[in-house]
Amino acid sequence: MNVNIKEKLFKNKSILALVVLCVLLSIMTPRFLTLANITNILNQVSVNAIIAVGMTFVILTGGIDLSVGSILAICGAVSAVTIKSTGNIFLAIIIPIIVGVLIGFINGFIIAKGRIQAFVATLAIMTIFRGVTYVYTSGNPISSLPDSYNSIGNKMIGVIPLPVIITIIVVIIAYYVLSKTRFGRYIYALGGNEDSARLSGINTNKIKTIAYVVCGAAAAVGGIIATSRIGSASPTAGIGFELDAIASVVIGGTSLLGGEGTVIGTIIGALIIGVLNNGLNLIDVSPFYQQIVKGAVILLAVLADRKRSK
Amino acid sequence: MNKKLLSIIVMLVMAIGLLSGCRSNNDNKKIGMVISTLDNPFFVSMKDGAEKEAKEKGYDLVVLNSQNDPGKERSNVEDLVQLGVSAIIINPTDSEAVSNTIKVANKSNIPIITVDRQANGGKLVSFIASDNIKGGKEAAEFILNKLKNKSTIKIVELQGTPGSSASRDRGKGFHEALAGKKNVEIVASQPADFDRQKGLSVMENIIQSKPDFDAVFAQNDEMALGAVKALKTANKHVVVIGFDGTLDGETAVKSGDMTATIAQQPIVEGKTAVDSAGKVMNGQSIKKYIPIDIVIFKK
Repeated sequence: MNVNIKEKLFKNKSILALVVLCVLLSIMTPRFLTLANITNILNQVSVNAIIAVGMTFVILTGGIDLSVGSILAICGAVSAVTIKSTGNIFLAIIIPIIVGVLIGFINGFIIAKGRIQAFVATLAIMTIFRGVTYVYTSGNPISSLPDSYNSIGNKMIGVIPLPVIITIIVVIIAYYVLSKTRFGRYIYALGGNEDSARLSGINTNKIKTIAYVVCGAAAAVGGIIATSRIGSASPTAGIGFELDAIASVVIGGTSLLGGEGTVIGTIIGALIIGVLNNGLNLIDVSPFYQQIVKGAVILLAVLADRKRSK
Repeated sequence: MNKKLLSIIVMLVMAIGLLSGCRSNNDNKKIGMVISTLDNPFFVSMKDGAEKEAKEKGYDLVVLNSQNDPGKERSNVEDLVQLGVSAIIINPTDSEAVSNTIKVANKSNIPIITVDRQANGGKLVSFIASDNIKGGKEAAEFILNKLKNKSTIKIVELQGTPGSSASRDRGKGFHEALAGKKNVEIVASQPADFDRQKGLSVMENIIQSKPDFDAVFAQNDEMALGAVKALKTANKHVVVIGFDGTLDGETAVKSGDMTATIAQQPIVEGKTAVDSAGKVMNGQSIKKYIPIDIVIFKK
């Protein structure tokens, strides 16, 4: 029960930070709080948000997945090739997700069964699959994708962009799984104390592996949206995306040690990063300073997390 | 603890406000510029050239960094549209990936100019660049000319980031100029990601594995400078030609460390971009393609 209250308090901290940021930005520029700008921000964070939701599962188990950027790239490339060769949008969505699931399974297997540290294992997978992407694409972006496919990343349903709707659906599913299902409870148990979890009969290897599978699938969905938004699958896509995803998870209140955190927190973290990115552009902060500000915010979030765990 | 965090955040955001300078909210016409990356001195020079021109002409210039990510590039362009800029200059991260972004920006009817790299789609008012393919060709011809007395010419090529349009174009020009030349052999062609450190490591490896070569073509000055360091350590004296004409690159040519570089004049590119954007903003017409001369910078 105590954990629940602490969790809610921290959730409130991130929400508070987000609200403060938004208020200050809307004071500094009238262009921030417009429907068009807010819609843009939501659209811009959707890829990172989806990846970060997948990353939340992994970090909750006390692990980490550095390979999400490479998974995004290879799945984006597979999606592009599929739509160009078959013209079938469903295949262009299902097949890359299967690829993401498989890579996630490889991650989970190496980490759970192989007992290799998550950092090292996913670092290796990240490198390998970046190379695989280069080979698969022969180093060239795959472009001239059909408009019907590109609409995934660009279509508006009323005033809401389709990627935002996809993100919301992903968040709802993740929230339900983590808070209302037995699997969700097992994830938290595993992250809280792996040995206790195992001793109490939870198949920790299976749970861990599924967490990485979820992360891989999320990165694949991110890859499909990113590719359709740009209209091209680039072999250099997704480089560095793991950092923004991890930052979103951490700022949102999930502990890197595992066992504590929520998907909603992650989304707020992703929004803070998105609002920062957009806001700093709107008030014309020099691009050099933008990096400093972003880093400072992440540091603040981690410091606050540290204080809480004491 | 809650209050402490809140006050830190408030202070931080206030600091941001200060950093952004006392920008009055007047609707002074703004020009937006989206640069592919500021990790490379070439693009920093381009930004400097642009900012200097904006200052001289009294334009309000907003510069955003896409960090080599087409997704961020699109976000930057969307934000500029929100800002209500009167013209957008884009230095594309990739010629293919930027097309969609330009099409989206076209919807807002803001005139768009691309600089340094092509865009393969979308409506542009103007396109300012030096010809990268031609530059690659000139690099090849420089090597052939410099070593024309040799019976066989062995060349090492350091490529840029695989998949980038700059790398594709420079490599294309280079290889096309050498195609069919029977006395020319490319003994190694490896990517070093346009990075000086990587240029150093890759060159060191090639010196170990294929020590017999006469010339090195690096697809940018940063890699060339890394290669120069490796060659100095190994005491190898070969023809080294870079690309870009950055400050460090030209210094190296003057000192003799590098033989030549295909100088692109990034400052002129930035200056021309802002000058053209300003003209468009004021209703003047400009040329559809403004080529910037490449100069072979040698001692």
